[in-house]
Amino acid sequence: MAKVRVLVAKPGLDGHDRGAKVVARALRDAGFEVIYTGLRQTPEQIAEAALQEDVNVVAMSILSGAHPHLFPKVVNLIREKGMDDVLIIGGGVIPETDIPALKEAGIAEVFTPGTPTGDIVEFIKANVK
Amino acid sequence: MSNEKIQAGLDKYNASVEKAIAKFPERANLPEQRLYTPLDISETDYADEIGFPGMYPFTRGVQPTMYRGRFWTMRMYAGFSTAAESNKRYRYLIESGATGLSCAFDLPTQIGYDSDDPISEGEVGKVGVAIDSLADMEVLFDQIDLGKVSTSMTINAPASVLLSMYIAVAEKQGVPADQLKGTIQNDILKEYAARGTYIFPPRPSMRLITNIFEYCSKNVPKWNTISISGYHIREAGSTASQEIAFTIADGIAYCEAAIKAGLHIDDFAGRLSFFWNAHNNVLEEVAKFRASRRVWAKVMKERFHAEKPKSMMLRVHTQTAGSMLTAQQPNNNIIRVALQTAAAVMGGTQSLHTNSRDEALALPTEESVMIALRTQQIVAYESGLADVIDPLAGSYYVEALTNKIEKEAWEYINKIDEIGGAVAAIEKGYIQKEIQDSAYKWQMDVESGAKTIVGVNKFQIEEEPPKGLLKVDASVGVAQCKRLAEMKAKRDNDAVKAALADLKKACQDENENLMPHILNAVRTYATLGEICGVMREVFGEYEAHVNL
Repeated sequence: MAKVRVLVAKPGLDGHDRGAKVVARALRDAGFEVIYTGLRQTPEQIAEAALQEDVNVVAMSILSGAHPHLFPKVVNLIREKGMDDVLIIGGGVIPETDIPALKEAGIAEVFTPGTPTGDIVEFIKANVK
Repeated sequence: MSNEKIQAGLDKYNASVEKAIAKFPERANLPEQRLYTPLDISETDYADEIGFPGMYPFTRGVQPTMYRGRFWTMRMYAGFSTAAESNKRYRYLIESGATGLSCAFDLPTQIGYDSDDPISEGEVGKVGVAIDSLADMEVLFDQIDLGKVSTSMTINAPASVLLSMYIAVAEKQGVPADQLKGTIQNDILKEYAARGTYIFPPRPSMRLITNIFEYCSKNVPKWNTISISGYHIREAGSTASQEIAFTIADGIAYCEAAIKAGLHIDDFAGRLSFFWNAHNNVLEEVAKFRASRRVWAKVMKERFHAEKPKSMMLRVHTQTAGSMLTAQQPNNNIIRVALQTAAAVMGGTQSLHTNSRDEALALPTEESVMIALRTQQIVAYESGLADVIDPLAGSYYVEALTNKIEKEAWEYINKIDEIGGAVAAIEKGYIQKEIQDSAYKWQMDVESGAKTIVGVNKFQIEEEPPKGLLKVDASVGVAQCKRLAEMKAKRDNDAVKAALADLKKACQDENENLMPHILNAVRTYATLGEICGVMREVFGEYEAHVNL
C-alpha cells in the first residue's frame, strides 16, 4: 500500500507552530509522508498545496481563534477542487463549544491541547480513504 | 568543615544510599545528583561570581534593595476586540491595582495589515486589540494619563509605527515624549526563530531597530527600546539554558548592529530589557534568572567594553509559561501559576504577568484575570518570598545549577558565534532546529510517561466542558472595518499621500533614520497597513524555510 500523504498546514496569521511541527514530526515517525506548509497560509494556498501534493489528509492547526472562519473555508475550497476523499482534521486552542459547528462544516475531528500525538496517528489510520 | 571531611561524609552517605535504591528505585528525569553539598560549589568564588545585589555581575539582582523598596511591576498583558473594549479592560486593571499596562495587539496589527485587508479576515480583534491608525490608539488610551502609566507593547515588526502612535497620542494629551515610560518588544530575531510575526527580511528589520535605539536615546530617553525575548523561545519548546542562550545571542546581534550603525554601547545598552518565561520547575527557573544576569553582565563588560553599570544589568519582565497551562482541569492552572510566580520572584524579576487559568481554552475572563493578579499580590504581601533579596543564594543546589545553566549558555553562545552570529544561525535554521528538537523530546517524554503532567497523563478525570469562556464576536471585524472606512473619509488624504511618499524616499536611503518620517505619517492618520505597505515595497518580505 502507498504511504499515506499528509499536509500539515498553518492557516491564517497565527505564528504558534510548536504544535504543528511536533505533530508533523510524530506523523512522519509513524510512517506517513508529511509536507509542512510553514506559517501564514491562505485557505487558497492550502487547498492548492493539497492538490499539488496529492495528499490523503490535511491537518490544520490554529491557536489564534480564527478557526471558525478559516477551517470551513479550507474545507470548501478543497471540496471545490474535487478532492472529495481527502480527510481534513484540525487542532489548536479550540473551545469545546466550537467543535460541533466545525464538524458540521466538514472537519472530521478536532484535537485540543493535551492530545497525545498517538491519538492523531490512530485517527488518521482508521479514517483515511 | 574541610573538603576532605565533607568528601568522607559524602562517601559514607553514598554507600548508605545503595541499599535504599535497591528497595525504592528513583524516578526518571531527575537532576543528575540527588544531593548537593559544599563540594559542588567549592570552585565558585563568592565575590567574583555571586557578589551583591546591584553590583557586577548582578547574579543576586539588578537593584541594591530589590523588593524591600518596591515590589516588581504587576503588569497584566491584555487586549482584545476593539480599542474601546480594551480601554475598558485597562482601566479595570488599573483600578484593581495593576501597576503597569501591557498591550496585546491582534495578528493583523502585529503583521502590519489593516483590518480591512482580505488577509485579516477572521483574525481582527482575536488575540489582541485591532489598531489601524492613530484614531484607534487615541481610543485605546482614552482617560489614561500617559505621563503616569508605564506601557509595554507586544509589537515587533511594526514597533516603530506603534511607538510613533503612542508618542502622537501623548502629544495630544500634552505629555512630552521625554516623559514617556514603557517598552516595545521590538525583538525581530525571535520572531524568525520562534514567534512568527515577522514582516521584512533581517537586514532592513535590524535597521529599523537601530533607528529606534538612536531616536529614543535622544527623544524618548525613558523608553525601553527592546525587550529581548526568551519567553517565546521557551514557549516554542526550548530548555531553560537554550532560552537564555539564544536570547542573549540575539542581544549580542542587536548590540553589534547598533555599534555598526555608529552608536556607542553605553548610549543604548541601559535601555535594553529582557523577557523571560517562568516555567514549572521552580528551582531551575530561579537558577536560570540568576545565570542570565551573570552571562549578560559578562557579555557587556568583556565583549562590548561597556563602562556604565546600567549597561551591564539584565533587567527582565517575566510571564508565566502559557504552554504549561492545561485544558484539562483548568483550575489546577491557578496552582501552576502560583509556583511560577514564586520562581519569578525568587529569581528577581522586575515585572511580571501572570497567566489566567482558562488560557489553554480561550482568552481569559475578567474573573480569571483577577485571580491571576491576586496571585502576584499574595506572593508579594503574604508569602515572605519577597522579604529578603535573592533568598536561595547559597543553596548548594541552586548555586550549582546556576553555574551549570551558565556553562550551557556559554556553549551555545560560542557555537552561535562560530556560525556567524544569531542572524546567520537563524538564517541557517540552526536555532529553530534546536528548539524543535527540544519540543519534540518534551512531547515524547509526556507521551511515554517519563514526564508527568497532572490531569493530562496522570490523575485524569471525566470533565464537563468548561463554561463561560470569553468569546470575541465575529462582528468585531465588521465594526472595525466600518470605523476604518469612516476615518479614511474624514482625514486629509493629500497629507497622507505626501507623508507616505516622503517615507518611501527615506526607506530608500539607508543612512536616514526612519522614525521621524514614520511619526510624521502617523500624525496624518496614515494607517498601519499603508505605512507597512510602503516599507514592504522597498524592503520586501521575509520567507521562512522550515526543516522538520
